[in-house]
Amino acid sequence: MIHWTAEQLDAFVQHLHAESYEVIGPVIRDGAVTYDAMEELPVGYGDEQEAGRYRLTRRGDLSRFGYNLGPSTWKQFLSPPSETLFHVREDLIHPVVPEATKRAFIGVRACEMAAIEVQDRVFLQGDYREHRYEQRRQQLFIVAVNCSQAAATCFCTANNDGPAVRSGADLVLTEVNPAQPWYLVEAKSDLAKALVSKVGGSPATDEQLDQAHAAVEAAAGQISRQLPRAGLREALFEALEHSHWDAVANRCLSCGNCTQVCPTCFCFTTREEADLMNDEVSHRRVWDSCFTEMHSYTTGGPIHRKTRSRYRQWLTHKLASWEDQFGVSGCTGCGRCISWCPVGIDLTEEVQILRKTK
Amino acid sequence: MCDINRRQQDTEDVFTLDIAPPPGYPGFAPGQFNMLYVPGVGEAAISISGDPQDSYRLLHTIRAVGDVTAQLRNKDGRSHVGVRGPFGKPWPIEAARGRDLVIVAGGIGIAPLRPVLYTVLSDRAAYGNVHLLYGARTPRDILYQDELMQWHRQGEISTTITVDAAKPSWKGDVGVVTRYIGRVRVDPENTVAMICGPEIMMRYTAGELLLKGIPMRQIHVSMERHMKCAAALCGHCQFGPYFVCRDGPVFRYSDVAPLMSTAEF
Ligand SMILES: Cc1cc2nc3c(=O)[nH]c(=O)nc-3n(C[C@H](O)[C@H](O)[C@H](O)COP(=O)(O)OP(=O)(O)OC[C@H]3O[C@@H](n4cnc5c(N)ncnc54)[C@H](O)[C@@H]3O)c2cc1C
Ligand code: SF4
Ligand code: SF4
Repeated sequence: MIHWTAEQLDAFVQHLHAESYEVIGPVIRDGAVTYDAMEELPVGYGDEQEAGRYRLTRRGDLSRFGYNLGPSTWKQFLSPPSETLFHVREDLIHPVVPEATKRAFIGVRACEMAAIEVQDRVFLQGDYREHRYEQRRQQLFIVAVNCSQAAATCFCTANNDGPAVRSGADLVLTEVNPAQPWYLVEAKSDLAKALVSKVGGSPATDEQLDQAHAAVEAAAGQISRQLPRAGLREALFEALEHSHWDAVANRCLSCGNCTQVCPTCFCFTTREEADLMNDEVSHRRVWDSCFTEMHSYTTGGPIHRKTRSRYRQWLTHKLASWEDQFGVSGCTGCGRCISWCPVGIDLTEEVQILRKTK
Repeated sequence: MCDINRRQQDTEDVFTLDIAPPPGYPGFAPGQFNMLYVPGVGEAAISISGDPQDSYRLLHTIRAVGDVTAQLRNKDGRSHVGVRGPFGKPWPIEAARGRDLVIVAGGIGIAPLRPVLYTVLSDRAAYGNVHLLYGARTPRDILYQDELMQWHRQGEISTTITVDAAKPSWKGDVGVVTRYIGRVRVDPENTVAMICGPEIMMRYTAGELLLKGIPMRQIHVSMERHMKCAAALCGHCQFGPYFVCRDGPVFRYSDVAPLMSTAEF
């Protein structure tokens, strides 16, 4: 393991640019940490989150990873919100080949890394592989970060998905001492080792390892929300007619924000666009949400007519039937759906009520 | 894109498209479906309604209900449509061999069941009693009537066709199909049942068949959910632990009965 200064980390980001990676990472925009193509890591930002609330803060330190999560997810880049799959001209289908850029993600948190691995199962492990996703995944270099602080909405510990990165990343960083930060650097892949060697750094001492470990432990200690998983699947299937679904539905706006910010939600629909000038049709894939009326539409109307049914569909899929379908939970405890729900619906609380009462 | 060999108007709002299979099409099993694509309009899941042993044409019997199906209706021998498939789990024909078979269809639900009938007829002696109960809205909505009545007269498949409403000139049966389940003569323990129609009709029918003593595991239903991809990727047909496109559309009733009786699930 290697010790880097903040300058060495910044140099590493520049090195990725020099190696012609498209570098995607934190960008401060519209009062939030978002993910997008970036030049350098923003310094000294944090966030305050609660149910229905997100606020970007200035920490007054030199941290590069002093925030937790914003509304962006990495799925935006692996299965974009809208993309054209093919054009049709004169009754012939012309597929659109996805971009062949090598990409680096910088600042992937443990819960997000777990979410990428959940989507890997969805898109790559069934009978039909999603080829675009697969190609983007293969071209991807992941720099993950163990969290040294947790937001009030975080609950990754519930499923052991964080705050330490479990698997899947090429490189894992831990930020220590935000006032004058340094980084513990673990290169997991050969590519990561080669790239790290270009920047240098010194071998980490035992004391530094202990400090990094303590920082992540401290983050775990800050986590207060719980979502116990034992027996959850069975409990939810038994609660399909629980009166609490109605109580949630009274608050839920059916806006679908939770599905947009959730890093594992994957539903898409298709759109046709006719370009009459060129006698050409485009077939697009766009994100969908199980909170829309069309999501479950069949002749005669939507199956999930009421908001109650839509929230129930979302929650039981995420936390219960996901396990049947993909062998893991669909929730990695990032807490985004809690912060970005306009009315502050908090799945950890709803589940508690659904499990306790009738 | 595939050629349309022929288009036939079956009833006022139902037509059958005979489509040349795309190159490399692997053939289909009864109960499977294709995704038919009209550029600029969209895709629809449509069951294959023809004979699985005929590899030259894929028949699709379609009710025009919305955008895609209305456009399909305008197709003729000069048009092309996109075809992806076949998708889904088929009816358990093998399990029905050596046993009695009850087939219950409501409306367009007869379409995915006709391939079962063709398969049975191609080796009729391999099956015991075969009953078809088929309910349509009115006499004018009955699909495949000549074919079905011919098989009935030949004593191959004993068929009851009933309609919801008819003028006095209709001499046949009237009322919901469940009313005629008493006519079915089978050895319940040794019977396989296949049901396709509106969800409520399938639930009532399954209920009656259970009363008759047919075990729940031997009753099969074909489910319908919104579908975009048919490849278990788009999330729309998610149904409890299942994706209807991949784990269905044909399910054992014992696997889905609790989900089907949960409203709006
Ligand atoms: C497994 C399966 C087999 C089917 N087999 C047949 C068949 O053999 N013959 C037949 O006439 N119909 C069949 N259907 C129903 C058929 O798919 C719908 O009628 C058709 O999708 C309606 O599309 P539309 O654009 O004409 O209607 P619109 O009302 O314009 O539909 C809008 C969208 O809603 C969705 N949708 C609407 N109704 C349904 C539905 N009933 N099921 C699934 N998605 C729907 C589609 O994605 C469609 O693109 C089948 C459905 C499924 C799931
Ligand atoms: S949920 Fe855990 S891994 Fe995710 S940001 Fe919060 S502390 Fe980090
Ligand atoms: S369900 Fe909510 S907390 Fe769980 S992964 Fe999705 S957005 Fe995060």
